[in-house]
Amino acid sequence: MSATTTLNRLSNGSFALVKEVMAEGLTRRRLLDLGLVPGTKVEVIRRSPAGDPIAFNIRGAVIALRRDVAGQVLVSPWK
Amino acid sequence: MGLTYQSTGQSTTREIFNALADHCDYAIALAGNPNTGKSTVFNALTGLRQHTGNWPGKTVQRAEGSYIYKSHRFRLIDLPGTYSLLSNSADEEVARDFICFARPDATIVVVDATCLERNLNLALQVMEITGRVVICVNLIDEARRKKIRIDIDKLGKRLGVPVVATAARSGEGMPRLKELVSDVASKRVQTKLQPVRYSQEVENAIARLEPRVQAIVGNSINSRWLTLRLLDGDTRLVHTMENYLNTGETVSVMPVVQEGLV
Amino acid sequence: MQKSLAPLLEDAQEIVGLRQNQLQDNIVASIYSTAEQIAGEVVSHTSPKRRDLDRQIDNILTSPIWGFPIMFGVLAVVFWVTIVGANIPSSLLATELFWIEARLTDLFMALNAPGWLHGFLVLGVYRSLAWVVSVMLPPMAIFFPLFTLLEDLGYLPRVAFNLDRFFKKAGAHGKQALTMSMGFGCNAAGIIACRIIESPRERLIATLTNNFVPCNGRFPTLIALVSIFIAGSVSLSLSSIVATLAVAGLVVFGIAVTLAISWLLSITILRGEPSSFTLELPPYRRPLVGQVLVRSVLDRTIFVLRRAVIIAAPAGGLIWILANATVDGASLLSTLAGWLDTPARFMGLDGFILLAFILGLPANEIVLPILIMSYVCGGAMTELASLADLRHLLVEQHGWTWLTALCTMIFSLCHWPCGTTLFTIQREQRSRRWTLLAALIPTAVGVVVCIFINNLVRLLDLV
Ligand SMILES: Nc1nc2c(ncn2[C@@H]2O[C@H](COP(=O)(O)OP(=O)(O)O)[C@@H](O)[C@H]2O)c(=O)[nH]1
Ligand SMILES: [Mg+2]
Repeated sequence: MSATTTLNRLSNGSFALVKEVMAEGLTRRRLLDLGLVPGTKVEVIRRSPAGDPIAFNIRGAVIALRRDVAGQVLVSPWK
Repeated sequence: MGLTYQSTGQSTTREIFNALADHCDYAIALAGNPNTGKSTVFNALTGLRQHTGNWPGKTVQRAEGSYIYKSHRFRLIDLPGTYSLLSNSADEEVARDFICFARPDATIVVVDATCLERNLNLALQVMEITGRVVICVNLIDEARRKKIRIDIDKLGKRLGVPVVATAARSGEGMPRLKELVSDVASKRVQTKLQPVRYSQEVENAIARLEPRVQAIVGNSINSRWLTLRLLDGDTRLVHTMENYLNTGETVSVMPVVQEGLV
Repeated sequence: MQKSLAPLLEDAQEIVGLRQNQLQDNIVASIYSTAEQIAGEVVSHTSPKRRDLDRQIDNILTSPIWGFPIMFGVLAVVFWVTIVGANIPSSLLATELFWIEARLTDLFMALNAPGWLHGFLVLGVYRSLAWVVSVMLPPMAIFFPLFTLLEDLGYLPRVAFNLDRFFKKAGAHGKQALTMSMGFGCNAAGIIACRIIESPRERLIATLTNNFVPCNGRFPTLIALVSIFIAGSVSLSLSSIVATLAVAGLVVFGIAVTLAISWLLSITILRGEPSSFTLELPPYRRPLVGQVLVRSVLDRTIFVLRRAVIIAAPAGGLIWILANATVDGASLLSTLAGWLDTPARFMGLDGFILLAFILGLPANEIVLPILIMSYVCGGAMTELASLADLRHLLVEQHGWTWLTALCTMIFSLCHWPCGTTLFTIQREQRSRRWTLLAALIPTAVGVVVCIFINNLVRLLDLV
């Protein structure tokens, strides 16, 4: 088992597997709906020029999440 | 920019639907993820000019229009784009309530050919509510450009509903879409859904609860789907559902754009 | 018999127990994995390299170095094309329409029609139509298609991506950048677009501040004034560039005001945490350029012409009556303007300008035409077919300075939304209070900024 971190801590260009969404309520459901279910592979694409939000490749779509939201997604770095 | 449209205010989905039934033979809903070209499909079918734009959320009004195919009038309702129907937002609720309660004769699910997996998520959810679905794999020109190939026949077999590849902007595939919609709406073609299988825990729970759900809702609502929502703890849906079962009414919150004024 | 699902819901909760979250995860995950499986069976990529193109475009458009300059550049190019492109059709239309006015006058004379009828119909109704069509229509019909192209291309979500940090700091929603972008086309459309913002608090912030984005109906005013005053003072070859930068600067000012007011609102009457949001950056799609251009130029033209007939024509008639009905020797128009003159002058405007803004409530694109009408009706001006004539009218006859122009532009950017927009806000929010506030906030900002600039400039003796 590799180390666990959160989505916002990964650097651009890296990949990770979703372990768990820690958010609660509506945010949680939205993240799940976007496809951030356990086992999903996510790629960190880029950060906005101002540093936040961060764009991810989630199941084929490019989706930007604000840093605090991305921080609620537990992942394990991939490769 | 569309400014003149009429608000339905207090009217119910039912009323809208009944009103529709007077003027048309079939009511068809148009669902799909944001930005998959629903409005473009809508325009291509109806000849209207609903606004389109390349950003998710462009359509915030529900548009209606109609077209005639083989001397039947089809009424088309452009629903807001959503990623899912699990009622996490007002849009999702509107789309879900419409499919569930207004019970259109067919629902076209527009999916993005360049991003099929993500879009099938919604399509599968729609197919849990109703079997009368036509899948419209749109943006097929973009997919070709990106060298993505999709086996349309296989997709149709796998899902158990008719599937058509389209490029709505250039009109490609539209005649076939009309044909399939007509087949499904008139029940000339029966769909054979392959329901999503859930984990053992969930399936067990469904098995325990579903018969009792079925006893209450009968055949008007898909009981497996409703059971899943009960397990989800979707209390809002339960309220709307009770209201519907007892009075036949649900409140629609989305203003309708009048034809041509957009 | 009443049907109830409540007992079943209770049973379901009992079965699920404390595992509600896991169960939800489970359900969503099963659907997604089914989708994944099906997609895996039917989709094949013949070349996996292809999607990199979007990435490469984004590397530039959202780059830490180039992202912001490009945004400003795109804005500037759109304005520049509008300013340069509108020049020729504008003067052609003006020449034509005023030639027709002269012929109409001939006709009325030949028919021996009474002077008031000629005045009302030709100098009032027709002339205001002519002004709307010649000054306002060309920039509107050029700007709007360009904007639509950007929208179709998929650039707007990138703007939202670039700017989100600032909106977050202001306690606002990231999609407010999208609703603002729509505001460029039409503020009422921007208000409707606010529906994409789920949180009521943040939707209100976006609604209340949308008016700080100059809509399509206000651009031509800004462009005309900038061309006359700021660009008029430099050499001809530079003038369109200077005009562009000035208009772009005004827009940036509007964005800054939006952020500032959003921030103020979110720490006062609309307090709260920014809600979470997700923004999809869709793939770039090549717009059908020809089709978009033809369609949106036509759309805009019809839209403007319709509004001109419905709103500008009656307004023109009204102005003529006000200018020609006299009480105690003074025309009603100058009496009204006289009442407004003192507060207006304190803001760097004059009574006629403020009156034009007030009478322009139904539609922003009639403000400048109304102003010209009321200046012309009172005076001896007959021929007015170019910006040079307009400059003469404003500067020589009505004592405008660059400061007057600046204050007018700022007030155009920051004042009450047009009638249609207010109506839309009322309908969306269903609250008189918020609608009123949506009018008061921008007006207050406009008044304060104008007073400040006017008095500062005068204090420093700059004019
Ligand atoms: N290339 C291509 N573009 C399309 C097609 N259908 C729609 N579009 C474009 O995709 C964008 C989104 O379309 P729209 O109808 O607004 O999507 P909606 O949000 O689902 O209603 C627009 O810019 C359309 O012009 C298509 O079949 N091919
Ligand atoms: Mg749409």
